[in-house]
Amino acid sequence: MEVPILKQGEVLIATFQAALSDADLNDLRMGLVRQVVKFRSRAVIVDVTAMDVMDSFASRTLREIAHMIRLRGAETVIVGIQPEVAFAMVQLGLTLEGVATALDLEEGLAYLNEKFKTTN
Amino acid sequence: MSKRENIAKDSGTRSNPRVELVRSEAPSELLRELVAHLRQNRTQLREEWVVRITETRLLTAMTKEEIFAEATSVYDSYVEALETEAFEALQAYARNLSERIIPRGVETHEVVGIVLLLRDVLARSLFAKYQTDFKKLNRILDAYEPAANRIANTVAVGFVQERERVIRQQQEAIRELSTPVLQVRERLLILPIIGVIDPQRARQLTEQLLRGIRTNRAKVVVIDITGVAAMDVTVANHLVQTVEASRLLGATVIVTGLSPEIAQTLVTIGVDLGKMNTVGDLQGGIEQAERLLGYKVVTLAESR
Repeated sequence: MEVPILKQGEVLIATFQAALSDADLNDLRMGLVRQVVKFRSRAVIVDVTAMDVMDSFASRTLREIAHMIRLRGAETVIVGIQPEVAFAMVQLGLTLEGVATALDLEEGLAYLNEKFKTTN
Repeated sequence: MSKRENIAKDSGTRSNPRVELVRSEAPSELLRELVAHLRQNRTQLREEWVVRITETRLLTAMTKEEIFAEATSVYDSYVEALETEAFEALQAYARNLSERIIPRGVETHEVVGIVLLLRDVLARSLFAKYQTDFKKLNRILDAYEPAANRIANTVAVGFVQERERVIRQQQEAIRELSTPVLQVRERLLILPIIGVIDPQRARQLTEQLLRGIRTNRAKVVVIDITGVAAMDVTVANHLVQTVEASRLLGATVIVTGLSPEIAQTLVTIGVDLGKMNTVGDLQGGIEQAERLLGYKVVTLAESR
C-alpha cells in the first residue's frame, strides 16, 4: 500500500492509512529516509490520524523512523494520534519516548516553525 | 401426571376405611385448591401475618396503617404469583415496592424477613387444613413449597436489584459531577479533581481529558489534585499514564497540589519525575502554564 508523502518546503508530510501491514511499515521506514536524503528535508511529519489502532510493531517502527531521520539531521513529529489510541498505547507501555508529538498537522507545522526560528 | 382412580377418600364415613385409593391430582389442580384456600382465608391470614411482622419487629420505619396497606398488596401479589406462576410480574412488583420503601429506610433483611414470615403463616394454615390427611398434605406441600420458595427468591432479588440500580445511578451522578474539564484560556485546560479516585473514575477522567484536549486543541493541561487525599499505586500509575497519553496528543501536563502522602506514593512507585511536570499549587500551575503558552499577565496599572 502506497503511503502518500507530500513535500511542503523543507518539511515532508507522510500520511499513514488505516490498515498498514508490517511489510508496508518496513517499506515506509526506508522510503521516508530516502526522501529526506533526496530533498534535504529538515523535518518529517507523520500523520497517523487515520490509524485507529497502534500495535507495538507500528509504535516501534515510528520510533525507529524518528531515530533514523534524526541521524540525517532532521526532526520527526508524529501528529493525529487519536485519544483512544493514545490511551491504549500508554497502557501497553508504548510511549514513543524521545519523539515529538502534536495534536494535528497544523500544530505539527507550528511546532516546527517555532523550532526552525530558534535554531536559525 | 395423569389422573388415575377418582374414588375420593373421605375421612371417617367410609365402609372400608382401609382401602386407600390414591387419587393423584395434577399439581396445577393442587395449586388451585390451595390458592382458593388462601383467598378464602385472606383476611384472617393477612391479620396473622401483620401480627407476626410486628412481633418480630420488622418494618419499624413504617406506621401500622402503612404496614397493613403494604401487607394487603403483598399478600394479594403473593397469592396471585402462586396461582399464575407469573414471576416476572412479581419481580416487577418487587422492584416497584422497593422503589417505594427503600427511601423510607427499609432494609433488605426486613423485606426478605416479611416474605418468609408470610410463607410460614400460609404453610401453617395448610398444615391446619390438611392435618387429617397426611398424604394429601404432602402433595399440597409438594406444590406449595417450590412456588413459595421461588416467590421469596424473586422478591429478594427484585429488592436487591432495585438497590443496586439506585447505587449505580448515584455513582454515575457523582462521577459526572466530579470530573469537569475546564478551559480557562485558549489552549489551556484545567482538570480539578476532588475526592476519592478509584481505578474506574481514574479511567473516566483520562478519557474525558483526552477528548477535551482534542476538542479544545489544548497545549497545556493543569491537573489539580489538591482535593485528593490519597491515591493507591494503581491510580498513581494511571495518573502517569494520563500524562503520557496527553503528551501523545501534543499537550503538556502540569500536576499541582500533590499532598505529602501522594508525593510519597509517587516516589515509592518510582515514577520518573522527569516525565512529570509538577508545581506546588494551582496558582503556580496556572502561572507556569501561561508562561509556556506565551502569556504574560500584568496589572492594568503596569500595562499603561
